[in-house]
Amino acid sequence: MPERVMFTMGDIACAEGALSAGCKYFGGYPITPATEIAEWMSIRMPEVGGAYVQYEDEIASITSVIGASWTGAKSMTATSGPGVSLMLEAIGLAVMTETPLVLVNIMRGGPSTGQPTKGQQGDVMQPKWGSHGDYQIIALTPASVQEMFDQTVQAFNLSEKYRTPVFVLADETVGHMRERLVIPAKKDLKLEYRKLASGPPEDYLPFKPGDDLVPPMALLGSKYQFYATGLTHDERGYPSDKEHVQIELITRLNNKIIHNADKIIDVEEFMLDDAKIGVIAYGTPSRSAKKAIKDARDEGIKVGMLRFKTVWPFPEEQVARLASQVDHIIVAEQNLGQMYYMVKAEAAPTPVHLMAKPAGMPQLPNEILDKVREINSL
Amino acid sequence: MSRYEIRIGGFGGQGVVTMAVVMGETASLFDKKYVVQTQSYGPEARGGASKSEIVIGEEEIDYPKVQEPDVFIAMSRAAYLEYIDGLKDDGILIIDEDLVTIESDLPEGVTLYKIPATRIADEEVGTKQATNVVMIGAFTAITGMLSVKGLKKRIEERWPRFVDTNLKALDLGMKAGKAALAAKE
Repeated sequence: MPERVMFTMGDIACAEGALSAGCKYFGGYPITPATEIAEWMSIRMPEVGGAYVQYEDEIASITSVIGASWTGAKSMTATSGPGVSLMLEAIGLAVMTETPLVLVNIMRGGPSTGQPTKGQQGDVMQPKWGSHGDYQIIALTPASVQEMFDQTVQAFNLSEKYRTPVFVLADETVGHMRERLVIPAKKDLKLEYRKLASGPPEDYLPFKPGDDLVPPMALLGSKYQFYATGLTHDERGYPSDKEHVQIELITRLNNKIIHNADKIIDVEEFMLDDAKIGVIAYGTPSRSAKKAIKDARDEGIKVGMLRFKTVWPFPEEQVARLASQVDHIIVAEQNLGQMYYMVKAEAAPTPVHLMAKPAGMPQLPNEILDKVREINSL
Repeated sequence: MSRYEIRIGGFGGQGVVTMAVVMGETASLFDKKYVVQTQSYGPEARGGASKSEIVIGEEEIDYPKVQEPDVFIAMSRAAYLEYIDGLKDDGILIIDEDLVTIESDLPEGVTLYKIPATRIADEEVGTKQATNVVMIGAFTAITGMLSVKGLKKRIEERWPRFVDTNLKALDLGMKAGKAALAAKE
């Protein structure tokens, strides 16, 4: 497939990113503002020899994605906050069974049904803490139509590499805005594929990890016999109530992400070189912040931005470095303050100021500029 | 022109979003500008408030939404009342004159163009569904912001079954736009 250029919305760029990454299964239930992903997949999946199934609800959708992934198909679902709330239990199952999958959340106003057609960033803590138990998650936060494509490809790569569910967390504005999208030729895309089981079936241990802490995966229908369960299991996959099995398993599941955090975390530094004020933002508010920073620079204020392109694993080192450089940090997010608390813990004693806006319209550039001026005058 | 902002307001069913998409596609894919198109609408399929926006730039666009539009196209009374205050002091206001009445004094620098887009679509094109394309034609004649060749190409690709109808709507809209421009001079 040669390079293609489209003028299209973030949701469709996401779907195209999935297809370019080799996604062959979409199981979902439509919900505003993620419906266009399902709609586009229902048209495109048959064209690439994949399967699209619309289920009765989000619980069936996510569990079907887990099953499809175990057949070897790169698999995904897309929903919004209310749908993720229903999927949380199964996300824990995917973590525990080390199932590669991609879950897209186009975030709308919550809690509950909230404002379906309006955006928000109220769900950025949900993937990390929503399912029970100690676990790590990977979550990417695109800010443009092109990044919806690029980071969906990246989400599949990370899910395959680390055998784990990966979130794409986009606010409604990013999901529904239209911009120019360049879909690279297939030969220019770097794609990852899960490690598969090899060797004699009688020696196969389905949850025995390699040096990278990731076990090679056997697929349903292959010559390998295995057992996958949400119960704590040993390397054979058998349930165990032994203390050391629990400690070893959940430590490894967490460490396979934590030990690779530097390879997973992605940030953009904007005009930070000499900055004395650092703005932290992600998604659409980061674009308001860019405009505000350019305007503040025109006024001689030394301000820059650390933009999170991934929020989980949390970019601890990057925040700590910023905190050691600047006098003040401003966190601008489209919620009442969520990443703010993570930043605050990491940045101490550097003061962190919250610029919250829990509404459909992200912070206006002028509102961020006013905040930057206020902090600059302290 | 570093940043040019267009806001279109109307009600669901008028093609307010489609209109902005076609304009955005033309500016991005044909005219090779940087473009972001966004919209806002309620949960209703038809009749609710609908707004779409386009930002066109020569460089990468940071903030994606319209702040102070250079052009405001008002296609319903509700949209006119809601957004008229946001228009730039020297901005361009285009109204569907059968649907919108100017109810208060406009700022001195604002230039008003009245286009009977719905009437033209209904009586001359033969379908009210072409109202939005008539309005694109008028906008293009008034502002010169989009290439006509690009618009025609978009129309041909987007509506292969209704090419003639939409090209006629575009043409009539451009004529109305030119007439409105001439009346100002």
